[in-house]
Amino acid sequence: MSYSITEPSRAQKWMAGILVVAYAVITLLPLIWIIATGFKSPSDSIAYPPKLFFTPTLEGYVNLFTTRTRQTAEFLAANPPQTWYQEIVAKYGMVIAGPSRFGERFLNSVIIGFGSTFLSVFLGTLAAYAFSRFKVPLKDDLLFFILSTRMMPPIAVAIPIFLMFRQLGLSDTHLGMILLYTAVNLSLAVWLLKGFIDEIPREYEEAALIDGYTRFQAFRKVVLPQAATGIASTAIFCLIFAWNEYAFAVLLTSGNAQTAPPFIPTIIGVGGQDWPAVAAGATLFLLPVMVFTILLRKHLLRGITFGAVRK
Amino acid sequence: MAEITLSGITKRFGPITALDDVSLTVPDGAFVVLLGPTGAGKTTLLRLVSGLDQPDAGRVQIGGQDVSTATPAQRNVAMVFQQYSLYPHLTVRQNLEFPLKSPLLRLPPEQIARKVGEVAEVLQITHKLDNKATALSGGEMQRVSIGRALVRNPAAYLMDEPLSSLDAKLRADLRIELKRIQHDMGATFLYVTHDQIEAMTMATHVGVLDHGRLVQFGPPRQIYEDPVSIHAASRLGQPRINILPATLFGPAPAGAAHIGLRPEQIRQGEGEDSFVRRVEHLGDQTRLHLSFHNHDLITVTDAHTGLKSGDIVRIRPEKPLYFDASGARIHQE
Ligand SMILES: Nc1ncnc2c1ncn2[C@@H]1O[C@H](COP(=O)(O)OP(=O)(O)OP(=O)(O)O)[C@@H](O)[C@H]1O
Ligand SMILES: [Mg+2]
Repeated sequence: MSYSITEPSRAQKWMAGILVVAYAVITLLPLIWIIATGFKSPSDSIAYPPKLFFTPTLEGYVNLFTTRTRQTAEFLAANPPQTWYQEIVAKYGMVIAGPSRFGERFLNSVIIGFGSTFLSVFLGTLAAYAFSRFKVPLKDDLLFFILSTRMMPPIAVAIPIFLMFRQLGLSDTHLGMILLYTAVNLSLAVWLLKGFIDEIPREYEEAALIDGYTRFQAFRKVVLPQAATGIASTAIFCLIFAWNEYAFAVLLTSGNAQTAPPFIPTIIGVGGQDWPAVAAGATLFLLPVMVFTILLRKHLLRGITFGAVRK
Repeated sequence: MAEITLSGITKRFGPITALDDVSLTVPDGAFVVLLGPTGAGKTTLLRLVSGLDQPDAGRVQIGGQDVSTATPAQRNVAMVFQQYSLYPHLTVRQNLEFPLKSPLLRLPPEQIARKVGEVAEVLQITHKLDNKATALSGGEMQRVSIGRALVRNPAAYLMDEPLSSLDAKLRADLRIELKRIQHDMGATFLYVTHDQIEAMTMATHVGVLDHGRLVQFGPPRQIYEDPVSIHAASRLGQPRINILPATLFGPAPAGAAHIGLRPEQIRQGEGEDSFVRRVEHLGDQTRLHLSFHNHDLITVTDAHTGLKSGDIVRIRPEKPLYFDASGARIHQE
């Protein structure tokens, strides 16, 4: 008996290990830099060579969430800081004037990102199921058409969309952005999900139909649970696109529905180059996608279930 | 329980005609076994009755109602698939409960639990109830899939080779159990098998399919003793009926091209000499592989036979069957 796969040698294992670690360091370095800078003071953040060890401070986060004004020494003496964050800004001779817009923008990102992800996955699953199971007239042409919407960069149609949105009153609205991101994501969602649903044998639904369920109930009770892996990975892809999208957000939103990506760079402008605040914003911005991915990891890792259909 | 009537059913898949003008009545409370070689259209027929597929022509009636346009759920039949498709994301118990929790039935929980318990008992899978459906052996999966049909009380049971991957003992137990269900509860069965014993012991009627056509329908003994064609005659009988040139043993009726001899139609110790090529002791029967005028045939003999290969044994046909060149039966007056 012969095996084509041989146990790697010691040296090969070491090589592989070194490569993986090197790759991890290279990819994680910017991330670590961002997270670390978020906890530096402004002077530490621009120190050269970059400081590996520093006294962590929440200044960046305070600056991110607040707007501040400079005050005279007398005013500061008369109104001593009440809280830890007032204390931080007082060191620079400032008082907190109010909250910044970061919270709002972040919330916009959450609404638009998750809203469009939900809609893309919801519509995508229904469409993928129909394409996978039913005789749809012109099925191949339709599928190709859906895919072709992804063949050019979405921003290529920026001007017509800009005009359309203005005409329809969708400019700078949550609904407009949700619809736009859904439209962009839908082709990816349909194709990804169709692949997953094609893999689920029809016999399960047929068994459910015989067991007294309607087509839709069979879909919900039998197909959806087995498509969970596909739905989870599709949702992550959709969220990553919608969450990170910058160009349309700059073009179509300015206030009410502005998302975090176009907002974060504007932080720099507020009172000099406030790198810790920018880094803090970027760090917080990374969190939702990370948390979402970790939450769905169970479904991603849970392989497709084989074995209950006799081939 | 209900009668099933198929009238003029035709089903095509592209160029293939899977079923060709099939008409068939499964009487209320009958146990109809479908026989036919692979690709004959047995599964297709069950799928048309269940409503999973629609015929290109013809009508399906269940309990006197035309169900041609009804959904599978409305037809209220239970089906055991050839590919026993258990729901892989559910446990064995949940698989068995699934039909009982359907919007069609909405049974109270204690009734569901009782029914599932009973069926699990019958199928000897009680100890596996909390297993994932994927963590079962092939035979166990097959039993769960039978169980999913038996928990219900449908108009008819459709079963596609349900006992094929079970061991001999379990198969014998379940044969008796299915027969009991049919007998005691008056259940109607439409049942596909390749197994001789299942067909002979369970069937009240046998239907023989050949390339999508129903060539014979009747009680199993009739199919066995009075087949309409070589094809029908070959479906039953272990070892298979021997088909030889009609005149090998002497004069044959007009038009006969083949003579068909089942083992019991070969009288040993009389007639002409044949050469024993091989003796097979199968336990429950002993087979003789004979060579007669350069033609091979197989028959059975006494378990304690002294015959061995190289011996000569005389044989003579007794009440043989004759078939014409197309394989159709020729009846002698
Ligand atoms: N969905 C389908 N698409 C195309 N052809 C099909 C389809 N289902 C069945 N057929 C064809 O119809 C014919 C009958 O198939 P069927 O499955 O009914 O055979 P069967 O008698 O059940 O055979 P087996 O004993 O192997 O299960 C075969 O020639 C098969 O290839
Ligand atoms: Mg079949």
